Amino acid sequence: MTAKTTTAGVAYDVHGDMSETDRRDAAMKGFVREFGAIAAAHMESCVRCGMCANACHFYVATGEPAYTPINKLRPFEQAYHRHAGPFAPIYRMLGIVPSVTVEKLEEWQRLIFDACTLCGRCTLACPMGIDIAELIKEARHGMYKAGLIPERLQLMDRTTKAWGSPATPAEDFADIINEAGEEFGVTMNVDLPKADYLVTVAPAELSEHTKALADVAKIMNRMGLSWTYHSEGFEASNIGYLNGDTELQEKMTRRIIDTAIKIGAKTLVLPECGHAYGAARWEAARWYGGDIPVRVIHMTEFLQEAVNSGKIKLNKIDATASFHDPCQLVRRGGVTKAPRDVLGKLGVTVKELQNHGSLGVCCGGGGGVVSNVRADPIRFKAFELKRREVEDAGADRFVTACGQCRITLTLGAKHFNWNKKVESLLELVADNLAD
Amino acid sequence: MDLLDFARGPALYFALAVFALGTLWRLLGILLLPWGLIRSPAREGSPSPFSSALKGIVVKLWPHKEFMAGGFFTFINGYIFHLGLAIVVFLFVPHILFIKNLFGISWPGLPSNVIYAVGVITAVSLIAAIANRMTSPVLRLISRVDDYISWVMTFLPVLTGLLAVSHLGARYETLIALHILSVAAFFVWFPFGKLMHAFLFVFSRAMTGVRFGHRGAQL
Ligand code: SF4
Ligand code: SF4
Repeated sequence: MTAKTTTAGVAYDVHGDMSETDRRDAAMKGFVREFGAIAAAHMESCVRCGMCANACHFYVATGEPAYTPINKLRPFEQAYHRHAGPFAPIYRMLGIVPSVTVEKLEEWQRLIFDACTLCGRCTLACPMGIDIAELIKEARHGMYKAGLIPERLQLMDRTTKAWGSPATPAEDFADIINEAGEEFGVTMNVDLPKADYLVTVAPAELSEHTKALADVAKIMNRMGLSWTYHSEGFEASNIGYLNGDTELQEKMTRRIIDTAIKIGAKTLVLPECGHAYGAARWEAARWYGGDIPVRVIHMTEFLQEAVNSGKIKLNKIDATASFHDPCQLVRRGGVTKAPRDVLGKLGVTVKELQNHGSLGVCCGGGGGVVSNVRADPIRFKAFELKRREVEDAGADRFVTACGQCRITLTLGAKHFNWNKKVESLLELVADNLAD
Repeated sequence: MDLLDFARGPALYFALAVFALGTLWRLLGILLLPWGLIRSPAREGSPSPFSSALKGIVVKLWPHKEFMAGGFFTFINGYIFHLGLAIVVFLFVPHILFIKNLFGISWPGLPSNVIYAVGVITAVSLIAAIANRMTSPVLRLISRVDDYISWVMTFLPVLTGLLAVSHLGARYETLIALHILSVAAFFVWFPFGKLMHAFLFVFSRAMTGVRFGHRGAQL
């Protein structure tokens, strides 16, 4: 990897040995390759009204016009018109749309990776209904192919390829699970040959949030379910989904789904992780060419089922709480009611943030941004939007259902010496199981 | 052949031909691409793709209040000139007669003085739109040449129409000829720039409507 800066002083990272032309062509191919009717209709429909700017936390927090969502696609828009659009041959012949230069791609690395969390709020603001977030995700496919992604994301990519997870080698997985079981006094199931539920994890749970591993076990055991963790398929966060490495995305998706099929699981439970939900719940079928013989649900949906079915009873917490809506789970996933149902069963009165549900403001760390230190300054600015809303809502507690959001918000709180704990919904449930 | 005959004869027919063929080409160029419809199972109880598509088209008529703070002017002004254009184009009696001559269909119109007033409002609104585009840092950054050409192509017919109705600047026949020529230019440009959104919005919104409906997510 080489860290460089463009002539305009914008930092970017480059990976692999490629000539500039090859790099550019790889980016174009990676982007244009899978072009379908939906992406094309969206690339063609922009009227440059600027409404999307009002939706993006990075623009709102900084007032920097470059952070206008549609601007993040600019080189790719150019590539689309030159190589894939209906008038591409004419444009090329007349030289109306020039080729994208590699410098432009380098400059845009900051906008496509550092300044976009793939949160999709812009999609809700666009009067033309353009799914801008999805297009930025596709632009990342091109950037990955060109070796133009931030170093931290590349590192996680390499580690995941080698280990099967960005957090730990697969060989160590069972040990981590068993240690968490001992530490928190819970019976763990790992690598069982057969189970109805395959439980998967996110990297944070293998490092900072190991209690979550035990919390799930505690609830599953209490419900008397047949469940297991499994060393062959445990990592659900799917780095390929956010860094643009589609091959890795496919591999990671197949790994968990195949493991579920192998052990005869009917349900695959995703961890408290938003991107895991995007990758496994909504995109997995793409790699299988059709329906998957396993039900894929998020931890929050699992908790909702658990409390609604009456299989677990909860002690009432007499408190108010605000819920931070993880973007991939709520806005882009449709799981808006489940966390509120669960909070309700805990006896918690929800004091909604000013922007909540599908319009909630992103934590600022999704899409790999929290791992990318280069983005720290704007991430902290975006955090201030959230902090203001939490303070205005004035609830006792602050809860969310995504480990990455939790880490991002906790880092923000620490940075500003803000004394508010960011809690996990799963943990709240596990800690309040009634006898 | 004088200018007026040229304008409502060859010029207009040429323009309509470019408009029809270009629009068809662009739409087919998009819609004939693979649709990639393999999807994970829909959320239980999610609406049919058809109603999600309709919902997408309708919901997007009105911005969420959360985005009004920064987008109020764009939203209001956008509505003013779109409605203004629709009223002037389709409810001005001479336009209706013109369309009747071309296609044989007609409908009742509005009094000329009402149309004139709407025309002036539309022109002012279009000027406000371009002023906003040229001064707002966000819009300046994201604007393309297309945005300015499309503006000119929209503004000229409004301007020449107003001049013709008020008999200002030249002989009436010349003004009408210029008006028709500006409309012809509008049609020629239509398929190549963002004016196409008049058709594309249906597809773009419907597709996102279906994507979100499938997931049980709110648009
Ligand atoms: S809101 Fe939509 S149409 Fe408007 S500038 Fe952004 S992407 Fe383009
Ligand atoms: S997806 Fe979110 S972060 Fe990315 S441009 Fe849109 S609003 Fe901004």
